Amino acid sequence: MAYAAGVDVGSTQTKAVIIDEDKVIVARALTETGANVIRAAETAFQEALQAGDLREEEVEYVVGTGYGRYKVTFGNTQVTEISCHGRGAVHMFPDTRTVVDMGGQDTKAIRVSRTGEIVDFCMNDKCAAGTGRFLGAASSALDIPLDDLGPTALRGERAVKISTTCTVFAESEVLSWLGKGKKIEDILLGVHQSIASRSAGLLRRVGIEEAVTFTGGVAKNVAMIDTLNRSLGVQVHVNEESHYMGALGAALFALDHILASRAPTVRHGTS
Amino acid sequence: MTESTAEIVGRGNKEGARLFRVWFEELTQAAEEDRRAAYVFVMGSMAELVRTFELPIVFPEINSLQTAVRHVAHEYLNEAEDHGYSPDICGYVKADVATQLRKGALPMGRIPRPAIAVYTNACNTYIKWAEIWERMHHCPIFTLDVPGTRAAGTQTWQGDVDFENDRRYVAAQIKELIPILERVSGVRFDIDRLRENMDHANEMNRGWKRVLELNRSRPALFNALSDGTIYLGVANGLRGSKAGADYFTDLVEEMEYKSANGIGTLTDERYRLIFVGVPCYPIFRRFTELFTELGGTFVNSTYLWFASGGSNLGFQYDLSNPLESLAEGVLIGVRDAMDSMFFQTTALVDMIDTYNADGVVWHPIKSCRTVSTGLADNRRAVMAERDIPSLFIESDMMDRRVVSEAQLKNRIDAFFEGLATRRRQAAIGNP
Repeated sequence: MAYAAGVDVGSTQTKAVIIDEDKVIVARALTETGANVIRAAETAFQEALQAGDLREEEVEYVVGTGYGRYKVTFGNTQVTEISCHGRGAVHMFPDTRTVVDMGGQDTKAIRVSRTGEIVDFCMNDKCAAGTGRFLGAASSALDIPLDDLGPTALRGERAVKISTTCTVFAESEVLSWLGKGKKIEDILLGVHQSIASRSAGLLRRVGIEEAVTFTGGVAKNVAMIDTLNRSLGVQVHVNEESHYMGALGAALFALDHILASRAPTVRHGTS
Repeated sequence: MTESTAEIVGRGNKEGARLFRVWFEELTQAAEEDRRAAYVFVMGSMAELVRTFELPIVFPEINSLQTAVRHVAHEYLNEAEDHGYSPDICGYVKADVATQLRKGALPMGRIPRPAIAVYTNACNTYIKWAEIWERMHHCPIFTLDVPGTRAAGTQTWQGDVDFENDRRYVAAQIKELIPILERVSGVRFDIDRLRENMDHANEMNRGWKRVLELNRSRPALFNALSDGTIYLGVANGLRGSKAGADYFTDLVEEMEYKSANGIGTLTDERYRLIFVGVPCYPIFRRFTELFTELGGTFVNSTYLWFASGGSNLGFQYDLSNPLESLAEGVLIGVRDAMDSMFFQTTALVDMIDTYNADGVVWHPIKSCRTVSTGLADNRRAVMAERDIPSLFIESDMMDRRVVSEAQLKNRIDAFFEGLATRRRQAAIGNP
């Protein structure tokens, strides 16, 4: 049995996924990217090997993806996370035609074909508004752990309107709402609605075709799923692998290389 | 490489650079002698007329973009912003404001102060920009109001009542401009000199049109984004001069030679691309490499149309009737420059077909609303007409603060992954 791996070096976290020849995930791992990107890639990969009880030589091909894809020094090739999220999402949810990937520093809207190829894509530009970092700013301003943001926001009843689009200014706007006596859950609901609204705008640019699959680290946030569903008017696909979708797509591309190298070649010999 | 190949191939780039150096040496000398210049713009410079009055010609847009190409634009932009200009307005204007504050000092030399500014309405910033010089230097400014196409697909031509009215309107304005130019230059208008300059412009127009057509060759002979910008600079800066005319005659020869010998700009041309918008000058070379490294070359660009003031059409002046013909040429050229920005869809679809393009890249820029507004809709319209991969990337022509190479590379890489996938699918018979 051969194995293929994908390593997704994102701006905040690095993910690794190992799959077998049947495209089944056999191991995955996640680590903070930090300042040493090369080490983060190695750590994620080694931890995935350990989790799958595999030796490095059993993994025949490795594809690096994410902003740090060229820092996956042990990888065989690189593919952008745009292609990888599209591929991973269609593999996980075959009826996917649109993908929204919300990561630490960018949000992508990706339209895909039935085979997972990219038809069109759009991303936020040079600004972290509408990304995971926006939630990070709210978490810092309210002194609430990131993992608690979603459940807290879901308790909100009267969302405040977050008018700023700047992640840096969002923090001061959150504090000003606190100063006006607004409830934390209402402020957080407003923050989530603001991000959902900007993401929906990106999705409309590429054209929203159902089914929509939600990927990336922010896909773990229950309030983000809820506000996105309301904003788009559809139920997005999401599951526990959503965070790893880029790495999964990269692993699928890696498996393509393994299978292509085994494909029988046509011989033109004399009879 | 044969001797003739070594002599001809790349001549246009080298000679273009030399002509630019000479041009700026002359401008520097004029500035040192405190001779004043005519400030003009790329979309409707009327350089063939202005040259008649022996005024040195300054193209502020070209000066500004040169600061970006030479990686010093941020110094100029910061200086203009310190002076009170907003980060959100045209980067070309701000680099020029700083240049004026520095008494004309630029990395390429020094430019003289303006005796007059002559410009069209092709870009509405031209008008406000000229008003800055009017206040700074107390010089006359002249707006040539060129009627544009009223709606997509409604261009009028010679013989149509609307066209003749428009031409008379432009001609009347040119006749008003001439005495102003006589006054600021102290040189009497000489119609035979105008004829001579128009003759040079005719040769240049013919050459420019031919050069663009020749890039339909496979492989493409030049990269419309990088090489094309050098040719474009000569088409503007030396318009109406013998040196400019000779340059384009030689450039046609170079391109015909390359075409006949199958010499492309890339040794391995994998994808033929079209560029829509203005280049990313702050990382000009790298920006081009992000495409060429993956086998993509730009076979044409709307920039080479609108930023040449429509001279890509190859319009030929009637030298027996210079003033009326100048009005007609300016009307058709500037109108086409505006159409190349505002009514691009049909022209782009035609370009995709005739240049056998594999993809189209739209590049709106933050600091120019004129060329960027509407590009998203334009892209949708083109994609509705042709099933062709496209890329929409944003940066700036001047301001490196809004240029992120990592983000650009990510999008460009994904675009090429899509191109490769499409080619693989086509090879195995999938639509």
